[in-house]
Amino acid sequence: MSPRYPKPPEGSWTEHFGLDTGPVSYADSISPSFYERERQAIFRRAWLNVGRVEQLPKAGSYFTKELAVLNTSIVVVRGMDDEIRAFHNVCRHRGNKLVWNESPDEETQGFCRQFTCKYHAWRYGLDGSLTFIQQEDEFFDVDKSQLGLVSMHCEVWEGFVFVCAAREPEWSLREFLGPMITALEGYPFDRLTSRFGYRTEVRANWKLFMDAFAEFYHAPVLHSKQSPDKYAVAAREAGYEAPYYAVEGPHRLVSTSGVRFWEMDPGSLKPMEVMTRGGLFGPWDKADLGELPAGVNPGRCKPWGLDSFQLFPNFVILIWGQGWYLTYHYWPTSYNTHVFEGNVYFLPATNVRERIAQEMSAVTFKEFALQDANTLEATQLMLESGYVEKFPLNDQEVLLRHLHKVVGDWVEQHAGVPA
Amino acid sequence: MLPARFTELEPFAATWCLATERERYATRLAVGIQAMQEFYDAVTPRAEEAMAYLEQFPLDELPEDALNLLHLLYSMIEVSFPVEVWHQPRVPDSGSAAFDSFTEPRP
Repeated sequence: MSPRYPKPPEGSWTEHFGLDTGPVSYADSISPSFYERERQAIFRRAWLNVGRVEQLPKAGSYFTKELAVLNTSIVVVRGMDDEIRAFHNVCRHRGNKLVWNESPDEETQGFCRQFTCKYHAWRYGLDGSLTFIQQEDEFFDVDKSQLGLVSMHCEVWEGFVFVCAAREPEWSLREFLGPMITALEGYPFDRLTSRFGYRTEVRANWKLFMDAFAEFYHAPVLHSKQSPDKYAVAAREAGYEAPYYAVEGPHRLVSTSGVRFWEMDPGSLKPMEVMTRGGLFGPWDKADLGELPAGVNPGRCKPWGLDSFQLFPNFVILIWGQGWYLTYHYWPTSYNTHVFEGNVYFLPATNVRERIAQEMSAVTFKEFALQDANTLEATQLMLESGYVEKFPLNDQEVLLRHLHKVVGDWVEQHAGVPA
Repeated sequence: MLPARFTELEPFAATWCLATERERYATRLAVGIQAMQEFYDAVTPRAEEAMAYLEQFPLDELPEDALNLLHLLYSMIEVSFPVEVWHQPRVPDSGSAAFDSFTEPRP
């Protein structure tokens, strides 16, 4: 069977990106010691997305983020000067966690004029400065100016708030993102504020879920029952090919062609899709976002379904042709567990029918994500058995190969660097 | 709980007029496939009429009974997967997998 879409001149996307075509080792996903190296070499050096500016609507708005991979919790806050800052969430007095509610291991959010420690009422301004010590006279030689909250580097790009745990970041955020990602500047992320957020703990290495969403080779098989038989059979026979892949530095992209579900005959659609005019690809009535920046659909696929941008290390922005987007975050909690967060963003609905189509799209996303998650634990278990070490990846799995290569390269290059 | 013209759906209102996806998903797992089939069979023939009815209000100013009706439609979407696709409450093979909603637009 000849490819549906033209391959690059080298004959495959894999060779086009200069990647090896041999079987791939998944030793990087089953090893506590390799995970420790990833933490140092990757997560302590890269810029990590922790949220969006809409979560901090006004001066004094804050949220906390549990970052087990960095062995810390941070508080991200908008100051009186409108600057967004990130601090380690620890009181300088005796190390109590500064901002939390009810349960110290759960994330929280809110609004305040200052932070007050629950333990001895030390107070900090929104800029992190220590402003009050209970019974200050009882202390020995304290200098409040030296006891502000410990900050973490924090920069905002297109409304996405990133932090970097390095003492001195090796790159500015824009340098780190590079031209493929910054070409998305101007996409109306700031208007797509209607948000559905989901979270779960997955018993698998973080890269396995990255892998799951980096290829669509699985789609006609794993998701076949989501569609009426007529469509499912046709989809499985056709298999899957993506029309476009790109790799730039540590980041990567796959684009898909569009399926015009609403032009298909009703036997190929779920009744609820027809009723709500929504589904996996989003609301059928496309949101008018105006002209999009050149970085969207860079392969100029026509029809175009979506762009899935994987931002190294653990962040995905997935832009749908129907005028909405998703984000995925994969936060490692150990070598074989991670917290997965998925967010769905639409234009705020202006009427009931738009809202219903969004609900159907969000619920459909959740059903698919549950299917995608259910294979991961099974994969992790058997990878850990160690009886099979290397696995053949096909050309539609080129981005998996790239992820594991980049992870290996970063860990290798960092070896021997003092922490 | 519902606008007068949707009185036949009242028997389902107490169970399915739920404001959050977390509650709707929990109810989906709790009530069993038969109860969901009955709800689905009752609500889907009225869905178009319900949307047309709700369209007369601004989305952020729905009267309480209309808001209940909207939540009932969200539940209809929630149960459509077990009823139309899975023929069981859970996504097959999803074992212990969960995907918990922590924020959603209101309404």
